[in-house]
Amino acid sequence: MTHTFTVSPDFPPARISGWFIFNTWLQRRLEAAIHLELYDDFVRQRADIAAGKIDLIYANPYDAALLVREKGFVPVARPRDKADEAIIAVPAASAVQHVEDLRPGARIASTDDPDVRTMGMIMIEPADLSAANTAAVACGNYVLVAKALLSGTADAGFFLKQSFEELSEVTRRQLRQIVESHIYVVHHALMAGPRLAPRRDEIRDALLGMDQDAKGRDILANLGLAGWDELDEEATEFMIDLMDTLT
Amino acid sequence: MLRDMEPADIAGGAFKEARLTYFDGASRIVRYTDVEVPFPEGRLIVSCTDVPGMITQANKAFVDMSGYSKEELIGAPHYILRHPDMPRAAFKGLWDTLARGEKWTGYVKNLRKDGAYYWVFATVIGNVRKGNLVGYTSVRRKPSRTKIDECAKLYPTLFAPGEREAYSP
Ligand SMILES: Cc1cc2nc3c(=O)[nH]c(=O)nc-3n(C[C@H](O)[C@H](O)[C@H](O)COP(=O)(O)O)c2cc1C
Repeated sequence: MTHTFTVSPDFPPARISGWFIFNTWLQRRLEAAIHLELYDDFVRQRADIAAGKIDLIYANPYDAALLVREKGFVPVARPRDKADEAIIAVPAASAVQHVEDLRPGARIASTDDPDVRTMGMIMIEPADLSAANTAAVACGNYVLVAKALLSGTADAGFFLKQSFEELSEVTRRQLRQIVESHIYVVHHALMAGPRLAPRRDEIRDALLGMDQDAKGRDILANLGLAGWDELDEEATEFMIDLMDTLT
Repeated sequence: MLRDMEPADIAGGAFKEARLTYFDGASRIVRYTDVEVPFPEGRLIVSCTDVPGMITQANKAFVDMSGYSKEELIGAPHYILRHPDMPRAAFKGLWDTLARGEKWTGYVKNLRKDGAYYWVFATVIGNVRKGNLVGYTSVRRKPSRTKIDECAKLYPTLFAPGEREAYSP
């Protein structure tokens, strides 16, 4: 029986090959056939989760509630020292210095990453802004969010902090960060679906040992990860409750 | 049982005094000032309680903003932050909403250990584990100045007759 593994569609395009290599490594370690299915958008991925097609997922924190509470997934591991934080940036020459300087009607560029959008929307609330009185500028990735700011089609942009930091030097110099989240407790999670749940501890052991040898460390580096830490049920439930208060 | 707030702990000289009586019958003297501490940019203030409302967890932003140490907070009743300018009706709304199993949101003026205050936009939800309610989580975020100003006008009108007078120390 072939299992299906998928990754939250917010991964940077440059990491695609890294996930395929990780999947090959995982199949060897588990002696199981695993197919890696990647999606360009969250809507299609959620439809397949709902249809019960997914057995293993590196999930966006926003989807943790759906996975654990509705689809019976169990948390296995989280990326070490890696929380999801959001940044709001404006063009470097913008008159906007603080979030409170943004006005109703502001055009806000973002990707469809649900956790970053959630954090971004929260950080504009102090300016009495919401989805109802701002204009969304939808972008396929963070480079395009930056482009929307530089071309003047957006007044402010939401970024995943890591993606903002990975923008080219030239691009970053033309942007200015006005606020950054320090939430610490929102992060991606590797979770096993009902068909793989019986092998949860075995998967955890494989992941936690990954940084012990050179090959494992190589694969991790290709994913931009330092290693994995175990993720237990209560820590996951806590994160789900926290996300619930934000949405 | 919480001790009275000591004048020595109050920052910035002049303060007012009130005697607060809490839901469990405990009471103490609180001392408070007009000093507002701004909500920290980009942060969430997070705490968890058990079902009766005793603090079981608090993050660093909570500790920093409340002015209490983590040791003082864990095991203390959450009313440790209750400010005399907050009408009872606001918290009744909170507990009634939670009792219905719903999420509560509202603007709260909180009292710090040093007598200063800070406004938050709070969301409180029940922690349900395997079908059982095991506690509550509250996450506070930065409120807009417009909302703070509205609440600062509205809340004084929500006190029941005699409620405030009963505060006199
Ligand atoms: C999770 C949680 C968080 C709370 N946070 C606060 C708070 O930040 N400030 C506050 O005054 N009351 C807070 N409360 C409400 C208090 O428990 C308490 O009801 C309130 O301070 C009024 O005091 P009283 O119930 O003794 O009248 C919280 C309650 C819960 C369940």
